[in-house]
Amino acid sequence: MRYIEPHAHMVSRTTDDYLAMVVAGCKAVCEPAFWAGYDRSSVNGFYDYFRQLTDYEPKRAAMFGLPHFSWLCINPKEAEDLVLGREVIAMIPEFMGRENVLGIGEIGLNKNSRNELTILEEHVNLAAENNQLILVHTPHLEDKLKGTQLIVDLIKNDSRIDPGKVLIDHVEEHTVKYVMDAGMWGGLTLYPESKCTSPRAIDILESYGADRLWMNSACDWGVSVPLAVPYAAQEMRRRGYDDETVDKVFFHNPVKFLSQCENFTVRG
Amino acid sequence: MLKPKVKQNSVDLYFMDARSKLIDIAAFMDRVERDGLTDDFRYRAFKDALNQLDADKRAEAVLRALSDPTLEPIEAAITKAACGAWPEKPR
Repeated sequence: MRYIEPHAHMVSRTTDDYLAMVVAGCKAVCEPAFWAGYDRSSVNGFYDYFRQLTDYEPKRAAMFGLPHFSWLCINPKEAEDLVLGREVIAMIPEFMGRENVLGIGEIGLNKNSRNELTILEEHVNLAAENNQLILVHTPHLEDKLKGTQLIVDLIKNDSRIDPGKVLIDHVEEHTVKYVMDAGMWGGLTLYPESKCTSPRAIDILESYGADRLWMNSACDWGVSVPLAVPYAAQEMRRRGYDDETVDKVFFHNPVKFLSQCENFTVRG
Repeated sequence: MLKPKVKQNSVDLYFMDARSKLIDIAAFMDRVERDGLTDDFRYRAFKDALNQLDADKRAEAVLRALSDPTLEPIEAAITKAACGAWPEKPR
């Protein structure tokens, strides 16, 4: 099979993971900027992280013949500090022109606070002013329902943003309809304990269609599975889906969304 | 909507997995009761969510039962973590 891994934090993963992904059929990996597990002490920490995402990590992936793309932002877990948030946002345009950058992400909300919303709005403004794709993280567990509604409403209220250029990630059964009804794309994240299992992700495809949904592993430094996407493809086959449908979900769908950014190219 | 060309029997595919998880849930509840922790707000929310197993869309209803249903942003984030149940849910 062939697939795109549209959301993976490869800076946290080993070269063994790169090898396993390529052998499983991965044709491109996309890496959103995220929380490192601790708060950076200054904007300089983000400067170095953006260098890693746009310079070093693509080279590491290239050692395995895997195209690597990245998204830039300050993640919502560090957005409570408005001063730091604004310093990072001001620095992003310096990196936006780099050849592997897909857009602004993963922005969003974590605890649904006023400051998180302010920084989200300023990220959306940055994307609108620079015609960038947007990748959005929705909150965890009990905060997801409220956060997804706040995020979708905020983006819908900005008439400059084409909803077809926005992907709302980590949707589940209680949030997917709100995203689909807004004309945006949704991401199904395959985690062992939280977010979605493969069977539930396929249930959601069966309920809402496969036109604007993709699956990702969001593998990082926590409990996560870098091969979760091909495992989900195998689960689809077990349910009786043919290779053509599997290829649409795991290759064509992410390619369709990501190709809206001219930096994204992939060989089938 | 998406459908496979050759539909498989979902009970054949998933019964043993669901059976295993059901027994784990029962054992978890026995454990919490044995340890005297039934007043924990997460456990109370868990038991409330079990009532949603009679709903039309069970997975969605369970997730909603464990969610913060409000829409007003909070004043400030004083923690980064989520715990899986809404602490302010009325008893």
